[in-house]
Amino acid sequence: MLYREAGQFKTNYVADQAIFPIRQDRIGMAIVLLFAWVIIPAFGSDYFLEIIMINFLFFSLAAIGLNILTGYTGLISLGTGGFMAVGAVASYKLAVIFPDLSIILVFLISGLIAAAVGIVFGLPSLRIKGFYLAVATLAAQFFLDWLFLRVDWFTNSSTAIEGVPKTVFGYLVTGPNAEPFAKYYVALAFVSVFALLAKNLVRSAIGRAWMAIRDMDIAAEIIGIRPLPTKLLAFAISAFYSGVAGSLMLFLFYDSAEPDLFDINLSFKVLFMVIIGGLGSIAGSFMGAAFIVMIPIILTNAPDLLGLPISSDLAKHLEFMIFGALIVFFLIVEPNGLARLWQIAKEKLRLWPFPY
Amino acid sequence: MDGTSFDLITVASTFIGGLFVDPFIAFYDRPDKLIQIVSQGLSAGVMYSLVALGFVVIFKASGVFNFAQGIMVVFAGLTVVSLIEIGVPAIAAVLLAIVVMGAMAFAIERMVLRPLVNQPGIILFMATIGLAFFLEGFGQTIFGADPKPVPIDALAIPDGKFKILGDVFRKPVRIYQLDLTALIAGGLMVAGIIVFLNRTKIGRALRAVADDNQAALSVGIPLPFIWVVVWTLSGLVAIFAGVMWGAQSQAGFSLAVIALKALPVLILGGFTSVPGAILGGMIIGVTEKLAEFYWRGVLGDGVEQWIGYVIALIILLFRPQGLFGEKIIERV
Repeated sequence: MLYREAGQFKTNYVADQAIFPIRQDRIGMAIVLLFAWVIIPAFGSDYFLEIIMINFLFFSLAAIGLNILTGYTGLISLGTGGFMAVGAVASYKLAVIFPDLSIILVFLISGLIAAAVGIVFGLPSLRIKGFYLAVATLAAQFFLDWLFLRVDWFTNSSTAIEGVPKTVFGYLVTGPNAEPFAKYYVALAFVSVFALLAKNLVRSAIGRAWMAIRDMDIAAEIIGIRPLPTKLLAFAISAFYSGVAGSLMLFLFYDSAEPDLFDINLSFKVLFMVIIGGLGSIAGSFMGAAFIVMIPIILTNAPDLLGLPISSDLAKHLEFMIFGALIVFFLIVEPNGLARLWQIAKEKLRLWPFPY
Repeated sequence: MDGTSFDLITVASTFIGGLFVDPFIAFYDRPDKLIQIVSQGLSAGVMYSLVALGFVVIFKASGVFNFAQGIMVVFAGLTVVSLIEIGVPAIAAVLLAIVVMGAMAFAIERMVLRPLVNQPGIILFMATIGLAFFLEGFGQTIFGADPKPVPIDALAIPDGKFKILGDVFRKPVRIYQLDLTALIAGGLMVAGIIVFLNRTKIGRALRAVADDNQAALSVGIPLPFIWVVVWTLSGLVAIFAGVMWGAQSQAGFSLAVIALKALPVLILGGFTSVPGAILGGMIIGVTEKLAEFYWRGVLGDGVEQWIGYVIALIILLFRPQGLFGEKIIERV
């Protein structure tokens, strides 16, 4: 009844190609943005802002990046953690070497550096795909891990890389002393802008080229899409998103991190977000990130609320089991993830209260 | 070099010399060291081969790229060790572990493979990543997260070393009986698998499924049964790999990450080739140890963590089907 587009006529092409063609979607989006920009920072506790929201935001960004590569272009990657590490290390080095550089620029340049690294490791994708490519991206993961752990220059000879305190418009936004809401706004600004960018990218000619490559690469080549530039662009943009996500992770969430934080398990975590959220869906990336971020928090808190004491070790093991079982479950029941469930819900809502 | 004479050419020449010249001088200077390191590499390589073998068996028969093979190795090894720890005799423990792996194969077929039949390979691949996570959590709940020492005496694995070539070189080369055992027993096992695949009825059915599963189905080969058989077979390989690997260090979940090294082995040897898995493992093992030892001066520690993958990358660029693989790879 509420969600019905009857009576909304599109009279020009601009309206037809709008990002949210249905009025209710626009209202829904406005409400989400209102929540994210006003209500959550106004009423959320520091714990909620820092531990849940910032965590969720940078993971969403990483998931969008991987979704561009795996969901839209069909190239599976297990190297997300490595690209996030590139972003984190690059932003740390940039912030230390150029103390006057704005933190916003630091994040963006780190993303570009990650994109360059992504292109290098994306080169084999010209010749291989499927699990061969997955193994090739594992090479990126392990090599980058090793590089940042062993070569002192990247970490300035200390064991950890640190979020350098920086200000934006006079507000301290990074480092251990920054207020949670300031950090939250920086993360939110980045995620809002880049999510919008990604959404527009995937519905542009570039996005259609990616999907054509994903659906049938030979046919795509025949209709005039050049595979190498298209795939490398997907790698570059995906790595850019991962890199920015890695910088946000270091500067806004951890403040201080050892390079082995960005290990292969991080890559898997982001891959799980993409699978559970929905391959080939920007909204799904957010849902997947929210889901995976919430599971450990629920697992550590729920047993106490229910009065079942479980040790932190067991919670950790249960987390692994639940992640694994969920992946298999989603692949069997709904390979298109939460985004597809959301889609189905919307279809049903359109007809409600009639069954069809 | 000191700070005053620092210039780019010196750095570059030291670096390139350290990578491509110094190792060969070192080979010539200390051939005993070289042989020692090659033997270490071979012993590590046998372990990679054994993990890779489990991958190949499953991939050949079902086209599933089983990412969970590494964790299956750990799981199988820990099952044996834990059973011996609670007082089960060694032979019974191994037999029970076989039963456990068989039950696991059955459960995996029922709960993961059967519902996903006819899905694209990449979906099954991701499902096995999920499976790997599940098994890791499950295994840690049952066995605990700490690594356990393998009771070498109870399993009657010889654990000595002897020295050879003492009269040829300045220092004799040490050979460990553990490595030799792994090598010989591994060889026997590979021979067994090859005989099983080529000489038995089930083996023939297996190869038929690998060739064309629809045709196999139409001549009456029960596909689900074949899957249980291959997963059990790779479980068997996993038991052996888990025990031998555990005997070298300790049986623990950290081995699962090392088991990912089997992936470059597969790329090198080809996804469908049993000899490829064996030879690939040896090549990767030896290269790794050589690079770790002789490039330490220039590149620092830990080269062995990634050199295998880089070799795999290079192989992929020039010979995507691997050394022995069938030329099935799709190129764009």
